[in-house]
Amino acid sequence: MNRSIRHVGWAVVVLFLALAGNLVYLQVIKADELANDPRNIRTLIRDFSGPRGDILTSDGEVVARSVEVDDEFEFQRLYPLGGLMSHIGGYFSFSRGSTGVEAAYNDELTGRDFDLQVRNLEDFVLGKENTGNVVLSVSAGAQRAAADALAGRRGSVVVLDPNNGEIIAMYSNPTFDPQPLASHDIAAADAEFRALEADPAKPDLARAYREIYPPGSSFKIVTSAAALDEGLATPTEPVFPSISELTLPLTNTTLSNFGNGVCGGNLTESFVQSCNTTFGQLGLELGEQFPPDMERFGIYDAPPLDLRPGAATSTGPEPGSFAQNQPLFAFAGIGQGEVATTPLQMALAAAAVANGGRIAEPHVGREIRDDDGAVISRIRPGDWMTAMPAQTAAEIAAMMTEVVQRGTGTAAALPDVTVAGKTGTAENSQGPVDHAWFVGFAPAEAPRYAIAVIVENSGSGGVVAAPVAAQVLGVLL
Amino acid sequence: MTPLASRRRSTELGLGIIAVILVIGGYVLVGLAENADLPPDLIAILVGLVGLFFLAHLAVRRFAPRADATLLPLIVVLNGIGFIVIARLDRDLARVQSVWAAVGVAAFIGTLVLVRRVRVLERYRYTFLLVGIGFLLLPLLPGIGFSLNGARLWAKLGPITFQPGEAAKVLLVVFFAAYLVEKRELLSSGTLRVGRLRLPDPKHLGPLLLIWGFSLVVLVFETDLGSSLLFFAVFVGMLYVATQRFSYVAVGFGMFALGALLAYQLFNHVQERVANWQDPWPAVGEGNSQLVEALFGFGTGGFAGRGLGLGNPDRIPVVETDFIFAAIGEELGLLGTAAVLIGFLLLVGTGFRIAVQAQRPFSKLFATGLTTIIGMQTFVILGGVTRLIPLTGITLPFVSYGGSSLVANFVIVALLLRISDETAASAEEELEQQIRQRSSVGMGAS
Repeated sequence: MNRSIRHVGWAVVVLFLALAGNLVYLQVIKADELANDPRNIRTLIRDFSGPRGDILTSDGEVVARSVEVDDEFEFQRLYPLGGLMSHIGGYFSFSRGSTGVEAAYNDELTGRDFDLQVRNLEDFVLGKENTGNVVLSVSAGAQRAAADALAGRRGSVVVLDPNNGEIIAMYSNPTFDPQPLASHDIAAADAEFRALEADPAKPDLARAYREIYPPGSSFKIVTSAAALDEGLATPTEPVFPSISELTLPLTNTTLSNFGNGVCGGNLTESFVQSCNTTFGQLGLELGEQFPPDMERFGIYDAPPLDLRPGAATSTGPEPGSFAQNQPLFAFAGIGQGEVATTPLQMALAAAAVANGGRIAEPHVGREIRDDDGAVISRIRPGDWMTAMPAQTAAEIAAMMTEVVQRGTGTAAALPDVTVAGKTGTAENSQGPVDHAWFVGFAPAEAPRYAIAVIVENSGSGGVVAAPVAAQVLGVLL
Repeated sequence: MTPLASRRRSTELGLGIIAVILVIGGYVLVGLAENADLPPDLIAILVGLVGLFFLAHLAVRRFAPRADATLLPLIVVLNGIGFIVIARLDRDLARVQSVWAAVGVAAFIGTLVLVRRVRVLERYRYTFLLVGIGFLLLPLLPGIGFSLNGARLWAKLGPITFQPGEAAKVLLVVFFAAYLVEKRELLSSGTLRVGRLRLPDPKHLGPLLLIWGFSLVVLVFETDLGSSLLFFAVFVGMLYVATQRFSYVAVGFGMFALGALLAYQLFNHVQERVANWQDPWPAVGEGNSQLVEALFGFGTGGFAGRGLGLGNPDRIPVVETDFIFAAIGEELGLLGTAAVLIGFLLLVGTGFRIAVQAQRPFSKLFATGLTTIIGMQTFVILGGVTRLIPLTGITLPFVSYGGSSLVANFVIVALLLRISDETAASAEEELEQQIRQRSSVGMGAS
């Protein structure tokens, strides 16, 4: 019997060798593939419970950082600035994933980015964490100025550097505190999420780049650029008739001026007084040429933005629909009808004027630094669009300067700095009171800041939004 | 005590102390990983573990003093690793498991005390057969049996719930061994020729068909693929050892393949298992199955593991029973899984050595059967959780959470020690007789 007992023994040994081979296959050969499979939630747990870099404002304040705690996740994410930065910094939640910079720069923050990996060996030898810190172009000071100027009213302020697309401020009211969402008590965090989603004021909505509004007369910047480029007008020629309303073709509808006033004159005069009849007329004259001109400003598209989720797409009248829908093109000329833009998009329109017609790609990240503060990489995207020739931009800049000097936007003027801008008062479906807009830049001679302000359902742009812009620009300049 | 006995018992004591240190070290690591402090019940665990080991050791010293020295320390290590991982997963379960370990040690001592000679078992073979079959079918009785996690393996008698199949497998191995010793002459003489194979007379194939039928009943009605494969493999292995005829193995596995194919055709749950083996990967948005989470665990653990208490084995549903090896793979890595595998290899190797060394045919067959149970059960579950073979729910001996299985495995090891002790005792007797004869011859010459 001993021979056959040995056979049975060897059979079991062979089976065990097969097990050993399979274990080597799983735990050595296929290990990386299994460990990094997106369906393997351990990856998320590892990110959630691992060290994570800081997110810092350009003026050195901490948007997000991780501290070691004594629970299963080991690291707790802290958001010291709370709601001030939450629409940009985002949150890092276990059950709902992450948003904003936390999502867009996850590889850099966790140290899985290639540039950080290369430094791994050195860091390993020195015993350093190889997580990256993200330094934003956004300044906490500018965000505070925007929040103060809005004074609790619903709306947004976007300030960016027209020369390189760096976003300096992008604040929306109302906002939310990301801290409870990052709680390690998953049930409590989920309850916070549900409460946030149920809030009718939508504090989780980043209005500045995720919501689209009719831009009203602030859109006349785009209409003017189109009219100048298509040769329909110069700043001085022709002289548009002084009337109080424009009868629209194919309908009985009319388009009237603000307060049913009588206005007209050349393009500069019409722009400075924000004369609707002139721009309604230009919208009709542009016709099918209008949508391609809007496209050059970025309408019909979403600007690239280093945040997750990204910016919303701004809309205009459907190309090819002019024959059937002429009145909509007249309304498009004054930023109503089917035109709806994000505040970020309007800031980019102002930036185009300020930057000789070119729109730099907007971004909130400025550079990635290691733990010692050494810069690992700089974030410098190029141009996104060319909206118009430099000549056109210069002509519109001049008109916008006059708006603040003597037109509808005088409330945006600052004592020592020349501000250029355009007001907007937009009818909307949200309520009977208009949205107040101000879109501009400063200093007019050598622009450093492009700005877009919207205060929802608050009245006229010249009265409500222009002072907000002045207050913010006053702090910055 | 004879010199052999005292040498073996001090080896056992030394190895056992090393095993206890290993287990306590692991338990401290779990505590440190959990809240950077020594576990509060460390002293209680230490006293309990040392106490149980010494009780078992003293029982062996008293009732089977010449038995093999490595088995007891090996099961301390395996049961200890299981306890550590269960404690890391769920403290409450660990407390229950420690009670079961105490019951297991009691059963271990009870077996050594009651079964003074394995020959006694041989005598009651048909009683064991009836009780074994009764236990096997107990979960199917309405009012007593019930299903848990998809398999109808459980029985409830009064306040106690248990898996009667765990006891049945030991009882049936007793019967197989006794029956095969009795019939092996008949079964070995082949009369029927089928090609190159010589088959025994069809009337002697009866028990093979009976066991085949029973494993199919288990497979179909208790939806327990693992136990069914286990019973059959153990029986065929013992049949081969008894008759030394490979034709039984060929026919046996042919019949099992046929049965499995039939079951695959007829039953959904068998098809699901096979399908989940061939392609376990879920589509995006679908939940991960136990198996997929286990494979992710093995992969994430990699070579060195993530450290005790530092992984996420709780991602695997009911990880503490059938999937405990995946938790070991994630937190202790290939180093840990290889160590556990080597532990089982040593256990099984010792079992087969005891079988080879045993003198009487019944002891040989019995030891082979008991060892094959542990070996095959280990292969079936480890192959299942590593996706080497289709997954069938069965416990990993000594390591998994679960009382019935633990107690049954303690009894198996006690029986192996009993056989080992008898072998050494009869060898000593022979040696003494030779010495006596030689000395009497010497005296006669003077």
